[in-house]
Amino acid sequence: MKIKVKVNGAWREDEVEPRLLLVHYLRDVAGLTGTHIGCETSICGACTVLVNGEAVKSCTLFAVQADGAEILTIEGLAPDGQLHPLQQGFWEEHGLQCGFCTPGMILASYQLLKRNPHPSPEEIRQGLEGNLCRCTGYQHIVKAVEWAAARMSS
Amino acid sequence: MIPQSFEYHAPRTVAEASSLLARLGSDGKILAGGHSLVPMMKLRLAAPKHIVDIGRIAELAHIREEDGTIQIGALATHFNIESSPLLKDRCPLLVETAREIGDVQVRNRGTIGGSLAHADPAADWPAAILALGGEILAVSARGERRIPARDFFLDVMTSALEFDEILTAIRVPALPARGGDAYLKLHHPASGFAVVGVAARVLLNAQGAVQEAAVGITGVAPKAYRATGVEAALRGKSPSARHIEAAASHAADGIEVNSDLYASADYRRHLAAIYTRRALERAAERAAAS
Repeated sequence: MKIKVKVNGAWREDEVEPRLLLVHYLRDVAGLTGTHIGCETSICGACTVLVNGEAVKSCTLFAVQADGAEILTIEGLAPDGQLHPLQQGFWEEHGLQCGFCTPGMILASYQLLKRNPHPSPEEIRQGLEGNLCRCTGYQHIVKAVEWAAARMSS
Repeated sequence: MIPQSFEYHAPRTVAEASSLLARLGSDGKILAGGHSLVPMMKLRLAAPKHIVDIGRIAELAHIREEDGTIQIGALATHFNIESSPLLKDRCPLLVETAREIGDVQVRNRGTIGGSLAHADPAADWPAAILALGGEILAVSARGERRIPARDFFLDVMTSALEFDEILTAIRVPALPARGGDAYLKLHHPASGFAVVGVAARVLLNAQGAVQEAAVGITGVAPKAYRATGVEAALRGKSPSARHIEAAASHAADGIEVNSDLYASADYRRHLAAIYTRRALERAAERAAAS
């Protein structure tokens, strides 16, 4: 089946099997391996991308369901190599160790700041409840999002 | 974690979807937000030959009020409900329930209709819809029927829907004067599903006594249920802590209680009474303050 999606600002058309999951489409067809596959059971959030502005777990969506949609992956946040404030924040505040959860964390944070530009630490934790990190204990991730929120509103 | 192959259909109207389902018979399966079905397909617990994706039927995504009745289209996502100003004002129990479901990403995609049709015994919506005395609209090529919530949940992951029926909307009464409601839940620490979830609505009469109490409980039994023993015990009484506690002790009367690795049947029965008490207290406080 043919689908047409706008990935990180550029339209593309591909022939896909209906059972192809969006995360596999992004990684294997579009070649965007920044979106990670973690638990594959809709729990860990490593595969989070934005579909029409909403954070989704791309392991729980068929690519055909995204036909016609605009998708943002981690690669689309720094199109010219200039880090997005969230990426900068994770760097500055040591919001990662191994980095496996980071693309999903950053995209979930991206949506959080769009819905709530000045979240409290508690609201950041609630906004990231769908993303698991096994390294940081989350404290530095919360600080990274606070850093980005301050930078983006200044 | 790759599902079995299937044929994909994306109808644009309910009429188109229902004629497709009539033709496909038991080989057809409806996909809404996909947050119950897709995980089942990845585990190959479900392997439908045909997927009918109703996700593009715009008429199914509404939330509106008509003459004191709230109608929510099947495709309203948990986030749509959680963030609806109309529901916050007119049916806050639904907002409170939506907030307790899954996580942000799941609430962005998962739908109320999909969750109800899936009839997971630990899902949140069944408790709320039962407590509100709601009804479920189902459309097929044969016509439309309205199924009272009380008759909708039959068993573990089994609802009253026929294979060719589309759950199109849910109808519940708006919060009346001197009414209050609450949803309280103990989350399973890994899955986020309800170990126990209790939805309560309390209506007080002009003298401040309980005119009517309604309690829906999920997570405890093979299907969500109305705790009729609790409701009868509280009717006509003042909503005092003592009366509420005595009534709540009937939360699992006559119920076959689930037992699993996380919570034994005894522990669940205990939790059901505790959460029922807390939900009723909160609902009664809100009713008194309204």
